[in-house]
Amino acid sequence: MPQPTISVDIGNPTIESRDLSVWYARNQAIRRVGLKVPRHQVTAIIGPSGCGKSTYLRAINRMNDTILSCRTEGQLFVDGEDVYGPNVDPVILRRKAGLIFQKPNPFPKSVYKNIAFGVQLHYRASEKELDEVVESALRQANLWDEVKDRLDDNALGLSGGQQQRLCIARALAIEPEIMLMDEPCSALDPVATAKIEDLIFELKKDMTIVIVTHNMQQAARVAEYTAFMYLGRLVEFSRTRDLFERPHEELTENYITGRFG
Amino acid sequence: MKAKSLAVRRLKERLYVTGFLAGIGLALAVLAILLGSILQSAWPRLTPALVLNYANSTNPETAGYAAAIVGTLWVVGLTLLFSLPLGIAAGVYLEEYAPKGPITRILQAGVTNLAGVPSVVFGLLGLALFVRVLGLGPVVLAGSLTLTMLVFPYVVITTQEAVRAVPASIRDASLALGSTKWQSIRRQVLPASAPGLLTAAILAAARAMGETAPLLVIGALFIQTFLPYGPDSPFVALPVQIYAYTSLPVGTWGGVAAGGMVILLAMLFSFNVVAIIARNRLQRQRW
Repeated sequence: MPQPTISVDIGNPTIESRDLSVWYARNQAIRRVGLKVPRHQVTAIIGPSGCGKSTYLRAINRMNDTILSCRTEGQLFVDGEDVYGPNVDPVILRRKAGLIFQKPNPFPKSVYKNIAFGVQLHYRASEKELDEVVESALRQANLWDEVKDRLDDNALGLSGGQQQRLCIARALAIEPEIMLMDEPCSALDPVATAKIEDLIFELKKDMTIVIVTHNMQQAARVAEYTAFMYLGRLVEFSRTRDLFERPHEELTENYITGRFG
Repeated sequence: MKAKSLAVRRLKERLYVTGFLAGIGLALAVLAILLGSILQSAWPRLTPALVLNYANSTNPETAGYAAAIVGTLWVVGLTLLFSLPLGIAAGVYLEEYAPKGPITRILQAGVTNLAGVPSVVFGLLGLALFVRVLGLGPVVLAGSLTLTMLVFPYVVITTQEAVRAVPASIRDASLALGSTKWQSIRRQVLPASAPGLLTAAILAAARAMGETAPLLVIGALFIQTFLPYGPDSPFVALPVQIYAYTSLPVGTWGGVAAGGMVILLAMLFSFNVVAIIARNRLQRQRW
């Protein structure tokens, strides 16, 4: 099996996978991927449809467990602990690593209750404490000014971009260390996309971000590091600028110049 | 290839739509005739006495349904109290927790088959188990337990459909925030499926109100001259009382029996209206 070209050495990675393989029934979606995700940086995963990037992302916080036919082998370390090892509770892992989905999925409840929900899963909080957390999370997500007078309105009444920032605020409320984003802007218009990209830029000071995107310009804009996957394998991983300007693998070069994808 | 005539296509559509309208027209006509004939027969008897008096078999002008109305309320109330929590719990288990294997398939098939069992069979079971073996006697509690068994599969199936209709994105969002499965179900899935669960309750109540055969077999009374005083009281229910009146000469007693049907329909109708209002409220204000 061809080895990926990894042009950077990452010391103290937040997330590290070794020989990670994932199957959906008989289809192997991820083939022995070994990747180190650097701490407090933004790492983008790019690749054509079906290359396994979403599956890899979801493997990090064990959301693939919810899919019945899914089988995982190999190791995936988050802060040094193998999350597929024994004695690991996915509930705790998912607090540490939040996931933002491709299509915004706010709960059919008020803006306030959407944010409060995550907090109330894990804590008993007084009304005042909740108010503070909700405001703080909404400010962090650059959404506070737009919704501060509409906290009790149904979240489904917000625009698409606002809903996605609400989902980000919802995840931020439980103070994750890792933020996993699965094509968060693909359902949004360019202005909303720009707002979220600005947000990513601010958030990375406090957490490690992994963003799956099919938009190479976006990867170039937001990410310091980029991984290119193809048909379930990791093909190349390096600093974003190096990957786009001086790719080592021919496959990478073909993809980024648009010869396929 | 030959082009199809547009005129013919339009004509076919007209014919189909007419057929559909005829179908619904027929259904409504039957309903109208039914209601009309009941009302016509009951009209002379629709007085307060019908609701306030006890039953008797001698004087149609003073015969009433007081005990039957209270009896129905008791029996249906207890049936809902037992069947709703049990049925919803079973439905949630089957839909969310049961592993997708042969055992679950057997359980599911069992529930579906239970829904098809003739109601009189539940009556026989209730008679043997609750009235005789458990020694409850022909009382309200025995009737409620019997109707609970009858209504249970419907609640389970309706609950399963309501829960299944909640989109996966809501579950995913909840799990990704670090909820346990039960937290996700209790705090997001069940509230989101509340309108469907209310439908399950309406269905259960409507069936329980109208079932005659099981209560007859259990031993509901035909004439009761006192109001049921509790779960351990002998009882009569509306459908049973109506049946009792229909076994008396139609000429003189037909109106009384029809009056009972009007009361039963009115109770069902008002229960449905309340439940639908509640469901609409839930659907609009789900946050």
